[in-house]
Amino acid sequence: MNKTSTFLQSSVGKKIIMSLSGLFLCSFLVIHLYINLFLFKQDNGQSFDVYAEFMATYPLLRPIEIILFAGFILHAVIGVWLWLQNRRARPVRYKMNEASENSPLASRATFITGTAVFIFLIIHINTFFVQSRFFPTGITMYERVAGAFQNPMYDAFYIAAIGFLSYHLKHGFQSAFQTLGIRNRKQRFLIDTIAVIFWLFIPIGFAAMPLYFLWFH
Amino acid sequence: MHFTLNVWRQKNRSDTGGFVTYAAKDIPADASFLEMLDVVNAELVKKGEEPIAFDHDCREGICGSCGMMVNGRAHGPNRGVATCELRMRSFQDNDTIVVEPWRATPFPVIKDLVVDRSAFDRIMQAGGFVSVKAGSAPDANAIPVPKVIADEAFDAAACIGCGACVAACKNGSAMLFVSAKISQLALLPQGHAERPQRVERMISQMDVEGFGACSNTEACEAECPKEISVSHIARLNREYLKAGLG
Amino acid sequence: MTLNSKIPSGPIEKQWDSHRFNLKLVNPANKRRYHIIVVGTGLAGASAAASLAELGYNVTSLCYHESPRRAHSIAAQGGINAPKNYANDGDSVYRLFYDTIKGGDYRAREANVYRLAQVSGSIIDQCVAQGVPFAREYGGLLDNRSFGGAQVSRTFYARGQTGQQLLLGAYSALCRQVDAGQVKFFPRREMLDLVLVDGQARGIIARDLVTGKLETYTCDAVVLATGGYGNTFYLSTMAKASNATAAWRAHRRGALFANPCFTQIHPTCIPVGGAYQSKLTLMSESLRNDGRIWVPKKKSDTRAPNDIPESERDYYLERLYPSFGNLVPRDVASRRAKEMCDNGYGVGQTGQAVYLDFADAIKRLGKEIIGEKYGNLLDMYHEITGEDPYKVPMRIYPAVHYTMGGIWVDYNLMSTIPGLYVLGEANFSDHGANRLGASALMQGLADGYFIIPYTIGDYLASTKFTPVNTNDAAFTSTFSEVEQRIKKLISVNGKRTVDEFHRSLGKIMWDYVGMGRNKAGLQKALQLIPKLREEFWSDVKIVGSSNDMNNELEKAGRVADFLELGELLARDALHREESCGGHFREEYQTEEGEAKRDDEHFSYVAAWEFAGDGKTPVMHKEPLAFEYVKPSQRSYK
Ligand SMILES: Cc1cc2nc3c(=O)[nH]c(=O)nc-3n(C[C@H](O)[C@H](O)[C@H](O)COP(=O)(O)OP(=O)(O)OC[C@H]3O[C@@H](n4cnc5c(N)ncnc54)[C@H](O)[C@@H]3O)c2cc1C
Ligand code: HEM
Ligand code: HEM
Ligand code: SF4
Ligand code: F3S
Ligand code: FES
Repeated sequence: MNKTSTFLQSSVGKKIIMSLSGLFLCSFLVIHLYINLFLFKQDNGQSFDVYAEFMATYPLLRPIEIILFAGFILHAVIGVWLWLQNRRARPVRYKMNEASENSPLASRATFITGTAVFIFLIIHINTFFVQSRFFPTGITMYERVAGAFQNPMYDAFYIAAIGFLSYHLKHGFQSAFQTLGIRNRKQRFLIDTIAVIFWLFIPIGFAAMPLYFLWFH
Repeated sequence: MHFTLNVWRQKNRSDTGGFVTYAAKDIPADASFLEMLDVVNAELVKKGEEPIAFDHDCREGICGSCGMMVNGRAHGPNRGVATCELRMRSFQDNDTIVVEPWRATPFPVIKDLVVDRSAFDRIMQAGGFVSVKAGSAPDANAIPVPKVIADEAFDAAACIGCGACVAACKNGSAMLFVSAKISQLALLPQGHAERPQRVERMISQMDVEGFGACSNTEACEAECPKEISVSHIARLNREYLKAGLG
Repeated sequence: MTLNSKIPSGPIEKQWDSHRFNLKLVNPANKRRYHIIVVGTGLAGASAAASLAELGYNVTSLCYHESPRRAHSIAAQGGINAPKNYANDGDSVYRLFYDTIKGGDYRAREANVYRLAQVSGSIIDQCVAQGVPFAREYGGLLDNRSFGGAQVSRTFYARGQTGQQLLLGAYSALCRQVDAGQVKFFPRREMLDLVLVDGQARGIIARDLVTGKLETYTCDAVVLATGGYGNTFYLSTMAKASNATAAWRAHRRGALFANPCFTQIHPTCIPVGGAYQSKLTLMSESLRNDGRIWVPKKKSDTRAPNDIPESERDYYLERLYPSFGNLVPRDVASRRAKEMCDNGYGVGQTGQAVYLDFADAIKRLGKEIIGEKYGNLLDMYHEITGEDPYKVPMRIYPAVHYTMGGIWVDYNLMSTIPGLYVLGEANFSDHGANRLGASALMQGLADGYFIIPYTIGDYLASTKFTPVNTNDAAFTSTFSEVEQRIKKLISVNGKRTVDEFHRSLGKIMWDYVGMGRNKAGLQKALQLIPKLREEFWSDVKIVGSSNDMNNELEKAGRVADFLELGELLARDALHREESCGGHFREEYQTEEGEAKRDDEHFSYVAAWEFAGDGKTPVMHKEPLAFEYVKPSQRSYK
């Protein structure tokens, strides 16, 4: 126990939790996108609603939901903790710092992009998850989604947030593997290829949804 | 060549310090950055002012003493060189050059551009060695080490302990420095016996000293005068994971 | 005073063994009662501190650097010798012994050199076990290369950074002992004096370079491993802060200083560019394997090197030494380069350089292979001079590189002060009048890992120690002497900077006590140096206070000592009326301009005793006997 707690409290240990929770969240994104793609099916949301219904009622999914939320919170809490620790390590800033000469912006902006995603999540989960579970009004999930996305402001907010998510993952996805020590030339190539799915294709998939409802409904 | 210098001056540890502007006149293009400072200092002494204090010794990029932020870059704008190897021909005539000490909580400023990097020594004392007494070693050729492994270990071992990685890292993280030693001794068979303790102790000392955590921005690799690769950080992480699971 | 070198009797192969057997031992449980101060953390100091601590002694280690790892040993490039005979080319302890004695031009002690050759194999074992990443072959075994002055491949190396890797190895051993609590390490401390109690070395006075405070340390024995004094010449390949203060202060307290005039000038360094220049950079000896050295045949030829046709070039080393060509030993190559420049054939803006040309080698082997072999050196040259050595010949010139002289020590490495041991470049022991490449690293580590741990115990076990403390008169009086000296330096408040004095001293040394020395020049130096010293003490300007970090004050103390040591160096050079190794007296040369040794009159170590300020030092002779390697004149024709 002692050993585990020192492990988890060390900076490297915390980073490892960050990367594992981050990758776990990435895997959720895949499933989430997969289900949401049914929104595009021209059946007035029938298939989507089947899934939504299943998600909401199948009992074995409750613990998974809790793990998912815990994952988010863990990831965010440790992210903030590390951010604070890192700030303490450099309290005096440089008068001149040409950081762009030595490191990509995405890597330096993870805290900001992560925080933006976090704010998005609160609003997003409130709109769909909280409203449908705790304040059901009888409308189907499909109608709820279609309704929410009628608002251009809400859509713009989504697209911006997904942009942040994309930027967060542009650094985060490959970074997680570096943190887990997976990085030789062959592995690098594979990771960088898969990373494109996460920071480009998945966000495009998500971003298409608000636009689809705005323009085609 | 002529330059305007904007240099951090701080009398001692407790002084608040601030920037002071100096003119550096008639500097030969072939002079090194430190020689340029020598010229400025000689003038200051003649005027009865205290010269700018900075650490230096070998002046050929190997002792790791020198190190300063030059125009927002650790060891100046060129890759793969220490400040002492930087030549003034890398700048334009009449440039303004901002010179600052390394900034990180574990590297307190002692005076002007001189910082205290003894935290690095304490990390090394926490396990950056192989426990072998003088006289107890087997024949040097008793354990063959494949050339590729030896070469990679050398790449890591080339670290000069200058602290540019910490200075450049937005998190003030010492991971590149620590990983260089961990990686060297993890690669070589001679270091194997103590692998788990070594990585655990060195990391815990690194945290105690107050260095930040690595967020893989890789600025360290870009500014390291010995161009040590962040792949060594990956190996450190792996060592740490293994030690934790084992 | 008679110098007792304590060389054991018996056949040379058995001397070290029988000596070790005869040395008294300190009981393991008693070791922690003894307290040893090791000054310096270079190869010699770090290895000594670590191995003494491993034995159980209480060790205090200090250096003026910020970290032990920054000691000047870090800069050594080429390699370290050991007669492992891994190359199966006929190497042996005896051959390394022979080469070193001969390379030193028969001015070193046979017994010491034999022991050095004997223990050097264990050094490699030790370093490999510490994780030093020596170069290896594809089979995984250690690689060797050849170096000047030897016909076998016995040099172990770690790219061009052997010194760095060996020092980091010794540093790691030191770290381990600090971790174990056996060594207390104090960074940024400069030893300014030695304290003697009843004639024994019992402590030191050091200055904390951060706070400026003077501190007193007590102990039972002091080990100095403080490096060489090459910076007497101002410009050298030494690190900027390298200095002789610790050794010189010990000398003033009674330790004899041996052979100060034996200084080594390395032929291939990047030449001086201008007055701003602060140090000289070495270009490894290995470049002479493929580079060809030449000057224009016409005096003061200002054409660009590539515009000078082949027929108008003088490849003078190939012309003068047809069999060794560009690979003559360091001293010969250096002297010939100087001669060419003095005669007006020098190149570059200052006329103080010769060409080292890779054009032929590139034509023969291709740019790629040359890059593989020498890439990092050529890049370094490019970085420093802004010229591309793949296209334009390099300009090189000799520079002061190493000092063979140093504090006189006996076979146990103890100086003439009981309890004061001196290791590494700071002592005079093993290289005679000329050091072979890759032998200094070997000597430093041999002294620290494998000699001092045995010999110091004998002294500790056989000596009665009265308890001392920092309030004793011996300590307080030395303390106040140091204090007074610092006050005096600060209070001069003249007009010239410390560097200006150092540069002036360097110029005198280089012009009159440099590569070619003669009676008139040395006498001139002996007038100029005391004069400069007087000016120093009446006109030096040091700003800032002594209660703070003050680089100028640090430098001033060191230069003040160089100003005394420089004089002794010139005096020794004047007295030695022969040419040998790095000491070349123009009066004593053969018709072809080669060094002419005088074994009949000068086969001895000249050990100088300090007689007081303003008094002529007294010379003592330790005669050298060569029972195994019979002296002969070197020839490289
Ligand atoms: C450029 C260059 C290349 C070289 N290449 C080779 C090579 O390839 N092979 C080879 O064998 N040799 C080589 N040499 C020579 C070799 O590096 C040195 O002779 C050797 O490293 C000296 O080691 P040392 O331990 O005696 O002293 P140093 O390494 O000089 O250490 C001196 C130590 O003493 C401390 N010190 C000094 N004075 C004081 C004081 N007053 N108070 C407190 N601390 C003090 C310093 O802080 C430092 O820690 C080279 C030398 C140079 C300059
Ligand atoms: C833009 C397109 C998106 C749409 C249409 C969408 C739709 C939905 C819907 C309908 C739900 C409710 C599911 C249920 O309760 O059964 C939901 C929940 C959720 N969404 Fe999204 N979402 C989108 C983007 C995102 C993004 C980009 C993220 C992550 C950063 C995200 C994270 C979540 C989470 C964490 C939940 C709650 C957990 C769950 O019920 O599965 N969503 N989303
Ligand atoms: C769908 C949501 C999210 C996903 C998929 C995700 C994914 C990741 C991944 C993979 C990493 C890399 C871990 C590593 O460097 O080893 C990471 C890092 C990080 N994430 Fe997230 N994250 C998400 C949301 C958040 C949120 C809500 C925050 C809120 C603060 C956040 C903050 C951070 C921080 C601070 C880091 C560390 C930065 C770094 O290591 O470079 N992330 N994230
Ligand atoms: S890793 Fe590079 S930047 Fe960091 S201390 Fe070592 S040499 Fe300097
Ligand atoms: S710059 Fe800093 S964030 Fe990591 S990769 Fe290097 S330590
Ligand atoms: S002074 Fe030694 S690395 Fe720059």
